[in-house]
Amino acid sequence: MKGKIHSIESFGAADGPGIRFVIFFHGCPFRCQFCHNPDTWGSMKYEEKRADELLNQALRYKTYWGSDGGITVSGGEPLMQIDFLLELFKKAKAKGVGTCIDTSGACFTNQGEYFEKFKELMNYTDLLLVDIKEINDTRHQVITGQSNKNVLKMLEYLKTIGKDVWIRHVLVPERSDYDEDLEQLDAYIQSLGDIVKRVQVLPYHTMGRYKWQELHLDYPLEGIDPPTKERVDHANEVLHTSDYRGYMK
Amino acid sequence: MSNKEVFEEAWSGFNGRLWKDEVNTREFIQDNYTEYTGDESFLAEPTEATNKLWGRLQQLQKEERAKGGVLDMETEVVSGLIAYGPGYIDESMKDLEKVVGLQTDKPLKRAFMPYGGIRMAEQACTTYGYQPSEKLHEIFTKYHKTHNQAVFDVYTPEMKLARHSKVVTGLPDTYGRGRIVGDYRRVALYGIDFLVAEKEKDFANCGGGEMTDDVIKLREEIAEQIRALKGMKEMAAVYGYDISNPARNAHEAVQWLYFGYLAAIKTQNGAAMSVGRISTFLDIYIERDLLEGRITEAEAQELIDHLVMKFRMVKFARIPSYNELFSGDPVWATLEVAGMGMDGRSMVTKNDYRFLHTLENMGPSPEPNLTVLYTVSLPTNFRRYASKISINTSSIQYENDDVMRPIWGDDYSICCCVSATQTGKEMQFFGARANLAKCLTYAINGGIDEKNHMQVGPKYQPITSEYLDYDEVMEKYNDMMEWLAGLYVNTLNAIQYMHDKYYYEAAEMALIDTDVRRTFATGIAGFSHVVDSLSAIKYAKVKTIRDENGLVVDYEVEGDFPRYGNDDDRADDIAVWLLKEFLNKVKKHHTYRNSEPTTSILTITSNVVYGKATGSLPDGRKAGEPLSPGANPAYGAEKNGLLASLNSVAKLPYEYALDGISNTQTINPSALGNDFEERNFKLVSVLDGYFNQGAHHLNVNVFGTDKLIDAMEHPEKEEYANFTIRVSGYAVKFIDLTREQQLDVIARTCHDHL
Repeated sequence: MKGKIHSIESFGAADGPGIRFVIFFHGCPFRCQFCHNPDTWGSMKYEEKRADELLNQALRYKTYWGSDGGITVSGGEPLMQIDFLLELFKKAKAKGVGTCIDTSGACFTNQGEYFEKFKELMNYTDLLLVDIKEINDTRHQVITGQSNKNVLKMLEYLKTIGKDVWIRHVLVPERSDYDEDLEQLDAYIQSLGDIVKRVQVLPYHTMGRYKWQELHLDYPLEGIDPPTKERVDHANEVLHTSDYRGYMK
Repeated sequence: MSNKEVFEEAWSGFNGRLWKDEVNTREFIQDNYTEYTGDESFLAEPTEATNKLWGRLQQLQKEERAKGGVLDMETEVVSGLIAYGPGYIDESMKDLEKVVGLQTDKPLKRAFMPYGGIRMAEQACTTYGYQPSEKLHEIFTKYHKTHNQAVFDVYTPEMKLARHSKVVTGLPDTYGRGRIVGDYRRVALYGIDFLVAEKEKDFANCGGGEMTDDVIKLREEIAEQIRALKGMKEMAAVYGYDISNPARNAHEAVQWLYFGYLAAIKTQNGAAMSVGRISTFLDIYIERDLLEGRITEAEAQELIDHLVMKFRMVKFARIPSYNELFSGDPVWATLEVAGMGMDGRSMVTKNDYRFLHTLENMGPSPEPNLTVLYTVSLPTNFRRYASKISINTSSIQYENDDVMRPIWGDDYSICCCVSATQTGKEMQFFGARANLAKCLTYAINGGIDEKNHMQVGPKYQPITSEYLDYDEVMEKYNDMMEWLAGLYVNTLNAIQYMHDKYYYEAAEMALIDTDVRRTFATGIAGFSHVVDSLSAIKYAKVKTIRDENGLVVDYEVEGDFPRYGNDDDRADDIAVWLLKEFLNKVKKHHTYRNSEPTTSILTITSNVVYGKATGSLPDGRKAGEPLSPGANPAYGAEKNGLLASLNSVAKLPYEYALDGISNTQTINPSALGNDFEERNFKLVSVLDGYFNQGAHHLNVNVFGTDKLIDAMEHPEKEEYANFTIRVSGYAVKFIDLTREQQLDVIARTCHDHL
């Protein structure tokens, strides 16, 4: 089996614990307005790679990982290629490599064949970095074009099996920076209990904008600046990010 | 007090035996240092005296910059050990200076040093609006020959042409070769009289009456060394010190050692004037004083701060073409911390923390060129502290002790940017570099220079086909590299011979064993471009574009090809081949004084000038564009992130580049982690992972391009006055680089994956 791989990054320092080899998967069901990798969406350029091939490439960086690092699959949406991901993670675990999924949960469903695969995948997954784009579903749909119910369902499931997660929220002025939503998000995260090892506020940045231009796409956040330091601090406070220390070993 | 009592007092409390009978600083260190595994919490803030002096010095540095880069120059008196009266940072605060001694009678004033070449010494003056003495002009043109003149007396026409066309480049024939590190610690440990007595023994034993060329030369050199040692005593006396005897306490040890170094920088203006591995040595004296309650930690830090302040003041008068090669007024006052002993103990002491702490007490600074001899075996606390200093100041470099220790032992120093040298046992013949990228264009064009269209290399058959054939190019490149290596080594032989003869480093050599090991340091420029070009020819299709005379002046690449810097063996294997092949070719030739040939992949900021002189290349680099510095992959070649790039460089075998493999990387803080703790942890992981693979060197910068751009546009902002960055081989204040070089630094890949 081969995976559709957009690119790799040998030095992921913000993609999970320790230093990570990040594999960007091709394809995503979301169309987030602030996406900084829109080139992973459509039928653009990608390479087909076998799991062994990727893993061998990743293992060249084992010397940097220490006890915390490993591989992180990101995207795009890695869970769109769940069969391939399962093979990759099985093989990774067989070699003692730490595994992490960076996901928006967009294609999660708790039914049928997909769910069976997802359950199995969790046996080979150490950690999930889960994006909650917006807790308010109406706003979530504005931002991503889809409902947030899948991601919330996924988190409910992860809670039942006690799987470690980091929750991330991209803070975009006029899109995902509303006091009432942040408070609701905080309450929701607290309801997940101790599977939440870390909560991160990721301030929106404009570095992905050039990619939209290259793809001849209209940039939906034109005119929106990154959030002010005050708003970032505020979001961190409301979400109690500094209280979640479970990621510090 | 009898002589014996003097030594007993100075050495009281010190262990060991061997080092007491003969000069053996290494043994002294191993017998007496105290390893420190704790954290930085013991460190002291700057004293009031430090703040006052540093404040004054910063003011002087500002005035210097306002005056176009030079504050003051000597024009009448030739530099020497006692040429100028005593000088202080500020006459009115001289009692605050715990360590005294300047190169001239005034701070930041540049001495007149004509022995390397009178024309250059004069041009340096006139460039900055000073009028050099006519009398000195007469003396050094009519009555006394200089190194520069002597070299040009013997160069062959071919050498002159190759030099003019810059296929051999940056040669130390218009400036001092430098790179000789005296064991300045000896002055503190033994005092001058002991050292003179030892050299006199050597002199007595030299030759046994057989006056062969070698013996005559050596006897003359020892005589010069003894004269220099005696001169050091006179120099110290100008400042009211008698350094005949060993230092009795930490203060004296620091001062004595500094006098040794001062003697070097008063008599030589080599490109690199390194201080060496002094930290652990000095810690022994400080520990003894701390234990006996003679000083406090604040006083210990003050000593180190003041010593470092002196290293921050070293200046030489330079000419514009020199500044183009080595931009930003560097002197490579390189100083090492950490490393491991042969017995497996880490050599990290509290003093290693104190030296790094100077970057906190007095802010970031390019000098001294602070170098951490790194290995994963160093105490975790220390690795974290060094990484913290990197993140906060971007002022330090790392070199792999695990690859250097087996070759140079546990008492080597770094004598320039990255080159190791056994302290007090070895000297180096520095020889700049051969432009292997240009050599490739010569191979393609049958020895004709693509820029000036002269027949510089041998008139071999050029390539006449439209598309380049890999095997044909490789065969021709091999032949042309063979020619270049021979010409290069012989050019250097002439330079080193004349440097010994007309500009001998007596003060430094006086602090090195008479029976000295000599290395012959060649170097490579254009490394990554040759690798990528050969890869392009092998894996893609490269079409030649010719001018009206049929000379290939440009290339078109059709298709994709693997590039060095992506951890792709197809390209990286070419890199390893190139390094080995070049050194093997160098080794075929006789090297002056039977020195051991080595090579480096290191360019300093001269990659910009070398690039200007180099035509278009098959890898897609256009004529005149900067070459990538040192062993760095070409700009834009790295597609898989920082670690892939590091892995490519790590594959180069250090054994084939004992003079060093320089790698400079800039990491955006946000790409390193979300908070300081995380960044610090991850940078340590990067260093561990890189050096564990046998890589040699890493310059670490932590900042974003936005900061560089702002500093370039607004150099007047207070926050940029001391903004220091690592460039290939050294550190520099960013605002002191030429705009061209600033743009070059900005253009390089900044690893800022998000």
